[in-house]
Amino acid sequence: MPERLPSEIDHLFRHESGRIVATVARIFGLHNLALAEDVVQDAFSRALEVWKIRGMPDNPAAWLMTAARNRALDALRRERTVRTFAPEVDHLLRSEWTAAPALVEEFGAGQVKDDMLRMMFSCCNPALSQAAQLAVILNILCGFTAAEIAAAFFASPAALEKRLARAKKSLSETPSLFDIGDAAQFTTRLPTVHGALYLLFNEGYHGASSRGAIRAELCHEAMRLAGLLLEHPLGRTPASFALAGLMAFNAARLPARTSASGDLVTLVQQDRSRWDASLMARGFALLDASASGTQVSEYHLEAAIASVHAEATGLQDTDWSRIVSLYDLLLALNPSPVVALNRAIAVAEASGPAAGLKELAALDAPESFQRYPFYQAALGELTLRCGMADDARQHFQAALAMARNSMERQFLQERLRQVQIS
Amino acid sequence: MAEFVYLYRGGEPRPASPEAQQQIMQKWVVWMKGLAEKGHLVDRGQPLERSGKIVKASGKAITDGPFAEAKDVIGGFTLVKADNVAQAAELAKGCPILERGGDVEVRPVMQMSM
Repeated sequence: MPERLPSEIDHLFRHESGRIVATVARIFGLHNLALAEDVVQDAFSRALEVWKIRGMPDNPAAWLMTAARNRALDALRRERTVRTFAPEVDHLLRSEWTAAPALVEEFGAGQVKDDMLRMMFSCCNPALSQAAQLAVILNILCGFTAAEIAAAFFASPAALEKRLARAKKSLSETPSLFDIGDAAQFTTRLPTVHGALYLLFNEGYHGASSRGAIRAELCHEAMRLAGLLLEHPLGRTPASFALAGLMAFNAARLPARTSASGDLVTLVQQDRSRWDASLMARGFALLDASASGTQVSEYHLEAAIASVHAEATGLQDTDWSRIVSLYDLLLALNPSPVVALNRAIAVAEASGPAAGLKELAALDAPESFQRYPFYQAALGELTLRCGMADDARQHFQAALAMARNSMERQFLQERLRQVQIS
Repeated sequence: MAEFVYLYRGGEPRPASPEAQQQIMQKWVVWMKGLAEKGHLVDRGQPLERSGKIVKASGKAITDGPFAEAKDVIGGFTLVKADNVAQAAELAKGCPILERGGDVEVRPVMQMSM
């Protein structure tokens, strides 16, 4: 039996768990989600017991799917007097004569193809808050436990358990998985799906967790799920391509965002040779693919901004005026103080620090924004470049007091130290 | 070289997250691979169901397992070869079941002297 190296099967259990739970939930009905999860957990525990001693089979994914099908049949026999299953197959699953062949059919390759996507659309139910959508996506589709999600989101495991339980209760009110065959429903739900994946990626890219600011894992999951959208004819919209492109550009920079010692590295100081060239190329290809139709989404603009950075070899030859004009468009679509802050930083690069400071001062920000560490840090950077070292020190100190994790804290302490010696 | 059986006892699989399950499995893969590469692995053996029957002489009574407390149930076995029982036991120290509260019983296969 061939032995596989651990790297070849990275996250096999997590990823297959998401896929198979989606399939079992489709057959059992979303109202039986908990039973579906038990069936999959049981199948995986048995697989582990066998594989520990026998070694990994050649096709572990198929093996797990078959094990889940067998456990599903056991569960059906045990539960069918007290439960109903998905409306489409319930009558077949009730009879001992048809249950086993019906399961073989429903677990077939042609049937399971869209289950992940359908479950993703189910999870992005607008009745759920975005935080709840992310929690169920990570739990059901990505195979993260409540404790693992809690760690990633800096929440208490108990609070996360509650959030998951509430969200799943809400999901189980509909017996069927989301119907992606209905083009109108698909198109209506798609922006919510985009929003959830965007947020998931951002949580990974610069979330507020204390366990390190960059959690590449979440970024990779967001990219994997965005890839599912692109495999479906209705999912291949310009905005989906733009979103996937934006993720590829930013993910390409992940390796350069932390130093060997785990500290945050600014764009200015990043070693651009550590940017992932294949992801960059993928970003450009996706951005090209997104350039159809008449609608420009926020994802288009953010991907375009990321592409300008990707085209430059350094800060000097970055086309800052193009970045400023892209931010102008983005601000018109999404008038948020965070976008305005980023625009002001680009203005400072394009037209000098004084111009940037003027933009920051004109920024119509709510009170809560004063407590956003990057706002104070930006004020610090620009006042410093204007030669106002005292002001800069105050802003960096204010930013430091609001830092949300040790990486941010370390970064700001280093900035503050440099101001004091200059 | 003599042959020995490893009996894996206890280490009842607690519900673990998929990622944790994968890590457990990878440790077993690495450990088994180590045994095989050093020429100690004779037969990977088999995992055993944790349920079963016990047949007793008294009236040929058949009772259900588990045979003892869960921690005493044998979950599988492997056949290895080693210079002596001390070496076989030393090799078993690397078994990942030890990290999960289980143990490995090392038993020499009886040799027939003719």
